[in-house]
Amino acid sequence: MFVTVLFALLFYVATAILLVGLGVRIAGYARAPAPLKIPTTPAPTTRGGVVLRMGTEVFLFNSLFKANKWIWLFGIVFHVALALVLLRHLRYFLDPVPTWVVMIQPFGLYAAFAMVLGLAGLWVRRIFVERIRYISSPSDHLMLALLLGIALTGLSMTYLWHTDITAVKLFFTGLMRFEFNPLPLQPMLLLHLLLVAGLMIVFPFSKLLHAPGVFFSPTRNQVDNPREKRHVTKVKWMIASERPATSGDK
Amino acid sequence: MAKFETPEIKEETVDIPALQAGVMSHSKPYVSQEKFQAPLGFPGELVDNWKDVAINKLGELLQTNRALQVFMDSCVKCGACTDKCHYFLGTSDPRNMPVARQDLLRGVYRRYFTLPGKYFPKLVGATDLTEEVLDDWYSYFHQCSECRRCSVYCPYGIDTAEITMATREIMNAVGVGQKYSNEIIGKVFKIGNNLGLPQPALADTLLGLEEDVKEDTGVDVRYPLDEKGAEVLLVTPSADFFAEPHVDGLIGYGKVFHAAGISWTLSSHASEAANFGLFIGSAENMKQIALRIREAALDLGVKRIIFGECGHAWRVAYSFLNTLAGPFDFLDPRYPVPQHICEFTYDLIQRRALTLDKSANDHRRVTFHDSCNVARASRMGDMPGGQFVIPREIIKAVCNHYYDMAPDTIGEATFCCGGGGGLLTDDLMELRVKGALPRMSALKSVVEEHGVTHMAAICAICKSQFAKVLPYYGFEMDQIVSVHQLVSDAIVLDAKQ
Repeated sequence: MFVTVLFALLFYVATAILLVGLGVRIAGYARAPAPLKIPTTPAPTTRGGVVLRMGTEVFLFNSLFKANKWIWLFGIVFHVALALVLLRHLRYFLDPVPTWVVMIQPFGLYAAFAMVLGLAGLWVRRIFVERIRYISSPSDHLMLALLLGIALTGLSMTYLWHTDITAVKLFFTGLMRFEFNPLPLQPMLLLHLLLVAGLMIVFPFSKLLHAPGVFFSPTRNQVDNPREKRHVTKVKWMIASERPATSGDK
Repeated sequence: MAKFETPEIKEETVDIPALQAGVMSHSKPYVSQEKFQAPLGFPGELVDNWKDVAINKLGELLQTNRALQVFMDSCVKCGACTDKCHYFLGTSDPRNMPVARQDLLRGVYRRYFTLPGKYFPKLVGATDLTEEVLDDWYSYFHQCSECRRCSVYCPYGIDTAEITMATREIMNAVGVGQKYSNEIIGKVFKIGNNLGLPQPALADTLLGLEEDVKEDTGVDVRYPLDEKGAEVLLVTPSADFFAEPHVDGLIGYGKVFHAAGISWTLSSHASEAANFGLFIGSAENMKQIALRIREAALDLGVKRIIFGECGHAWRVAYSFLNTLAGPFDFLDPRYPVPQHICEFTYDLIQRRALTLDKSANDHRRVTFHDSCNVARASRMGDMPGGQFVIPREIIKAVCNHYYDMAPDTIGEATFCCGGGGGLLTDDLMELRVKGALPRMSALKSVVEEHGVTHMAAICAICKSQFAKVLPYYGFEMDQIVSVHQLVSDAIVLDAKQ
């Protein structure tokens, strides 16, 4: 019961940090003005075009594809796999399990391997490509280790040391109603959950902020129409019109 | 100036070099002085509490520039940008990789503005703001031409130019400015243009041009200054007033206006298209410089504003002018404000309003260098990418022999000339020569393959930079030409008479 309470509290805290932390960051991005039109051109000239551009960035990693095919390949394999794995995990939180979650289950299982492959590819490049090694901090390696750890502990439960998944589901659905149901004391499960909670906690303070960040990136989300529509924001220098020091000196 | 070796052009594509840490750490432009700082509203020398001032300034910029905030947080160090900067390709210094350059500021951001950076600085690459860091900033943020090539390839659109501008703004706030850019901005405020040409000199120069053109063509083409009631105000970089090959472009604009029968004028008040406020990231100064154009347009009572060939000026004009100095509701609403001279000329060509003799350029085999700010920070015409189509269509309309350079070196992937972003100064010659390597390599391959003799450009900085660095790579300095120089040579004036 001690472990159950500990993990219950851990997940409440992790969820709160994730949501509040992300909320604060996103509010910061939203509040800061984008005082000038800086889309990287050629850029769409309509809102609809921007939605399309953002779509190709978010779902296809278009710019990354132009930049480097290997990073693109490992990156997209990892992200698509992660998305499938996350969606597959909805079965442990939703009751009844929606049909579409049931349908992606087999893909989700294979996706775990793809996720490991993608992460391994990215890590190999980070270690062996001189330029990427140069720009890497310890946290960049740790982030890969964390994600890889989550994937490997998850896989181990699917194929090596099965856990009582029904009890796990009862634990999490219980948390949503503030009921504490016992969590199976299986080491791989506890490690898996610990790492996931860790990921949730570091999310709002790390480079994982690229996930919300991309949507706020002015070079990608602005419409290229500065001549047609005057772009005005409330920043100090927009409102003030006096020359700093030499006003009147001509 | 220290001696350096011009890089060797190997193949048509530049190899990604092995890293040589610190090889360009000695590259620094001359530091500004009190007399150049004061007119811009900056302290004249390093202020006593500079660390606090710098951190406060960074905090202020994060609050007032969404791009900076998002770009500081979002980088995942994927490495996509690492081989995209011309200065990295030309110098091998790893700090010229866009992400490494950004990290010089990002480390400080993390240290003072993020939790992990406060408590676990080593873990996340956070750094204290020290004199060494300030020194690195001064060196490496003056090895970025703000060309935005990296931003094309970043999966989050992180634009190193924005980070360079922010850091230069911080450096100016603590009193460490760059002499070249700041002195020039002072000249614009005081005299009206980057070169410090006063009104009488300008009038004299333009009169001289009229005489030259009369001698050449027998036609009275006018180059008017401060003529009230003209239809068009032309704002052009001051290099166009006398330097080669710039002035041949100005001669071309005049001929095009003459052929179109549209009255136009230059302004001595706004006798400069360039806006170096962009380079130093100072919105206040950029705005003051931009307002001169509004004042001139109002004063002269013109109906349209057209910009001459200048890359960063076109960025400020196209993307920012409406914001900085608008609204322009007093101008003729039938035309975009502002227009690029290439849009104007292209429109006339489309309407067959110009008589052009292509054979006049038969001694030239031409390629076109897309200038970074035009390519990646602006547009021409109605459709995205018009900035690539329109100048090429103009060249093809006036030349029989046109050849593009390799696709990964033009269009949105174009390489900077190596002298943009406030780096076009003799104290950065090594950087300029090395940074030109990717463009020079691409040029050499069309020279060898197609016998290209001339490279045309629509940017005063590109033209000045190439005129200077072409000889280092075994070319002639006059192989760089203005697009409107080609137009000028092909245009047949008063043909209908």
